[in-house]
Amino acid sequence: MKEPENNFISVFIDEEEILVPSGINMVEATRLAGKEMPHYCYHQKLSVTGNCRMCLMEYGMPLTDRATGEPILDRRGMQKIGWLPRPAIACATKALPGIHIRTDSELVRECRNGVMEFLLINHPLDCPICDQAGECSLQEYASDYGRGYSRFVENKNVKPKRTRLGPRVMLDDERCILCSRCIRFCKEIAKDDVLGFIDRGSYSTLTCFPGRSLENNYSLNTVDICPVGALTSIDFRFKMRVWFLKETASICTESSVGVNTLAGCREGKIYRITPRRNDEVNDTWMPDSGRILHNPVDSDDRLVHYTIDGKHTLVEEAAKKAADILSKGAVAVVGSGRASVEEQYLLRKIASAVNAVSVSLVSRTGEGDGLLISADRNPNVRGALLTGLIEQLPHANLTNLATDVETGKVKTILSLGEDLTQCGLGRDLLEKSNLIYFGTHCNETGEVAHVLFPTLTVFEKSGSFLNQQFRLQTFHTAVPGPAGIRPDIDSLGKLLHCLDPETIPPSNTVDIWASMSSGIPQFAGVSVENIPKTGLLIDGSQWAQLPFIEGKSLHYDPATQQSEAMNISK
Amino acid sequence: MIPAEQRVILKYLDEPGYTNDIECYIRHGGYEMLRKAFTMNPEEICHEVELSALRGRGGAGFPAGMKWKFLDRKSGKPIYLICNADESEPGTFKDRQIIHKDPHQLIEGMMIAAYATGTKLAFIYIREEFPQGANILEKAIEEAQASNFVGSNILGSGYSCDIIVHRGAGAYICGEETGLIESLEGKRPYPRIKPPYFPAVLGLYQCPTIVNNVETLCNIKHIIEIGGEDYSHIGVPGATGTRIWCVSGHVLKPGYYEFAGGAITLGELIYEVCGGMRPGRRLKAVIPGGSSAKILRADERYEGHLRDGTAFDWGIDDIPLDFDSFMAVGTMSGSAGVIVMDDTVDMVQALANLNAFYAHESCGQCTPCREGSLWMKKVSTRMCNGKARAEDVDLLASISKQIEGRTICAFGEACSWPTQSFVSKFKEEFAAKASETRSSTDNNGNRLI
Repeated sequence: MKEPENNFISVFIDEEEILVPSGINMVEATRLAGKEMPHYCYHQKLSVTGNCRMCLMEYGMPLTDRATGEPILDRRGMQKIGWLPRPAIACATKALPGIHIRTDSELVRECRNGVMEFLLINHPLDCPICDQAGECSLQEYASDYGRGYSRFVENKNVKPKRTRLGPRVMLDDERCILCSRCIRFCKEIAKDDVLGFIDRGSYSTLTCFPGRSLENNYSLNTVDICPVGALTSIDFRFKMRVWFLKETASICTESSVGVNTLAGCREGKIYRITPRRNDEVNDTWMPDSGRILHNPVDSDDRLVHYTIDGKHTLVEEAAKKAADILSKGAVAVVGSGRASVEEQYLLRKIASAVNAVSVSLVSRTGEGDGLLISADRNPNVRGALLTGLIEQLPHANLTNLATDVETGKVKTILSLGEDLTQCGLGRDLLEKSNLIYFGTHCNETGEVAHVLFPTLTVFEKSGSFLNQQFRLQTFHTAVPGPAGIRPDIDSLGKLLHCLDPETIPPSNTVDIWASMSSGIPQFAGVSVENIPKTGLLIDGSQWAQLPFIEGKSLHYDPATQQSEAMNISK
Repeated sequence: MIPAEQRVILKYLDEPGYTNDIECYIRHGGYEMLRKAFTMNPEEICHEVELSALRGRGGAGFPAGMKWKFLDRKSGKPIYLICNADESEPGTFKDRQIIHKDPHQLIEGMMIAAYATGTKLAFIYIREEFPQGANILEKAIEEAQASNFVGSNILGSGYSCDIIVHRGAGAYICGEETGLIESLEGKRPYPRIKPPYFPAVLGLYQCPTIVNNVETLCNIKHIIEIGGEDYSHIGVPGATGTRIWCVSGHVLKPGYYEFAGGAITLGELIYEVCGGMRPGRRLKAVIPGGSSAKILRADERYEGHLRDGTAFDWGIDDIPLDFDSFMAVGTMSGSAGVIVMDDTVDMVQALANLNAFYAHESCGQCTPCREGSLWMKKVSTRMCNGKARAEDVDLLASISKQIEGRTICAFGEACSWPTQSFVSKFKEEFAAKASETRSSTDNNGNRLI
């Protein structure tokens, strides 16, 4: 046996020895060995019920003589394996030192064939109209382990179709394979125990408790984890076949948790947003409210033209005009906690190039739910701190700025994405000043802006956010933006170039990161290519004393976060 | 000559004038053994039970002493004792007799077991279909509490334990001990996966728990009475003590009969104790241990070797009534519910009836049993309805093979063994169904559950 490392144990999968962390189950161990252990009911983040029986395997332990404790050897001098006569489920079998399993023996294949056949006999084979088709475990394993024909000539069970479990989730009980993942999710993760089975045997039926409905803000996760097409999203169903969707890694902008997501798009349109697994941030979950954040992308009130005083122009002209206005001084910069780290860095450069009177950020707050929505509804306040754009936590109202405009201390405002009329600056006040506005959608601020830069939504550009853990996470272009609109960093870079021709406009993220990693100590050595999938933790100890408003969430605890930061700084 | 019963558990139960109140029980020497038990250490009692080699009477025949030994006493969590009175196995009706006619015997046995295992609180889980039994038990417990046999500081020993009667809601699966525990906790009785949820370690409310059958617990009293060593001399090794056999079906005198383990044979039980078959009828088959046990065919011969190496060559009449002999002939003594069938029985219909029961009672948790039991019911019912196909015989066998050994609990075996044994032993009857062309009426007036 291989020498076990720290907390690693040696297991044998189909006679191949691999080292796995102790305490994991055999489904995970098999995955680590690069093999697949088919399963329906097992889910990494939920309790184990072992009811689907798809992960049945053969297992055995090395035999030792009970009297002497000596290993019993076979003729080849190898330790004999005591194979259990009955197959066992991999999900409930912990990896034990020296355990042997067979994942592809005749018995195992027979077991899987049997389970597949049983699951299919009462399943409506309505794949052509089922939204799960293409990402359905039942389809996948049926092609791997199915019989290929049916021996079932009886009538199939009839169960309720099209049951609305809640405002967002539709249930088809005939498709349900009774794996209980959704029930466990509601109970264990969402803490909203509303689902359960009624009746028994093959007539068991998933349903909602009487008088209740599945309406918590995490209800759509049940759709994600449903291995078959029983639970479907009312928003997404019948909209698009999933195999046409191109899935792009994105980050949810709903709050500072920074939920990892996938945007599923086809031909420039986003059809759905699903969670992307990140065990450090959101596990495999995301709130329902984050899934509709793609709706504004397609709205009719997108800003699509660079304008100077209401007249369409080119981005270069707009940058020139803006630079002219800005170089007259008395500038206030309003940044955004929704802008990417890169944009905030460029904005800071601009702010210092024009000697800005003030730089502020608009805060957004709400109630945290203790899970995946935090009280800070800006995804990237910490990015603004890191890039030096701001030094203190932002306020909801820009009262100081309003006073500055009143008194004439500020004559020009540069706003990156923030509708100032929503932050305590009235339209009349804005009309008094020169306003340069970067924004995605029409609003009052845009209407009074002298120079207007249309920008892109998070789905149309690439960049990075720093979440509440100071974890740097990247998002990528899922769909193209409106025709003719440059990425935000490009517009900002052009403006910076006009202000300071010495600075070569960093036109892409790589160049900006090169500049940032040399200029910001916490970013030293970071380049955008080497950020892992789970994100990169940045040392935030410098800001540990700031009164961040977030409470506990799934993988964030303000108390430990602070003490860890203190330890790093010591 | 009719073999005489050796009544230990049933000793007074059917005596004229014997009532189920505590005065009558005490008059017959009741609760003396509880007093005796309190003069012993709990460890001593456990040792006596181990010496007795008492095997569980619920169906699996697991040694009771060993079950108690597995109890995790070091966890610091409270220990619970549950009496499994969910007697649901078709063909079994022994516990009902004890509960109805001699409840105090059960309570005394339970309290001794509770004391021996260090139980904090004991439960009797009784099936819904025994409403009268539940009332009797509740009354009996009240009486026992009034006499300080149950409750706090029992008989001045310093040991306290109460008994709670919990009524089931009518599900066969609650007889499975982990299903029972889930039900007792107020959940759906889905049996738990083992490992890790062995009741002795993670039982009721995730605390160490012992679940014993009614008859098993009654035996504890008698082990204390005569000592484990002497108890182990009753009957034969591997089947010590007495056992109550419940005989139903086509015999002249069906009923419950108590014999020492291995004392008589199946033939003696059927032909002498139970008065034989109905006039003019021949024995066709016997299910020896409740409906889940594999069926025995009357004209079969069983050859092989017992566990101790002795060779045997038995007809169905020669099989001794003990755990190991039934194992040796490929079935089990199970819950000792002997179902006798004569030559009037249509085996396909009999199987369809059993399958209907199991499909109705499958809890629906795990796939093979949930889907397989209903499928087998649908196939066998269809076969009875004149729509049998030649391939159905193999199909039934194949479905049952796909269930056996692949489920969370033993229900998988319970529902597949009847089909397996019926189909393999009466293949010609099943095949004949396929060649029968019946009228096209749907169910021929046969109504199955």
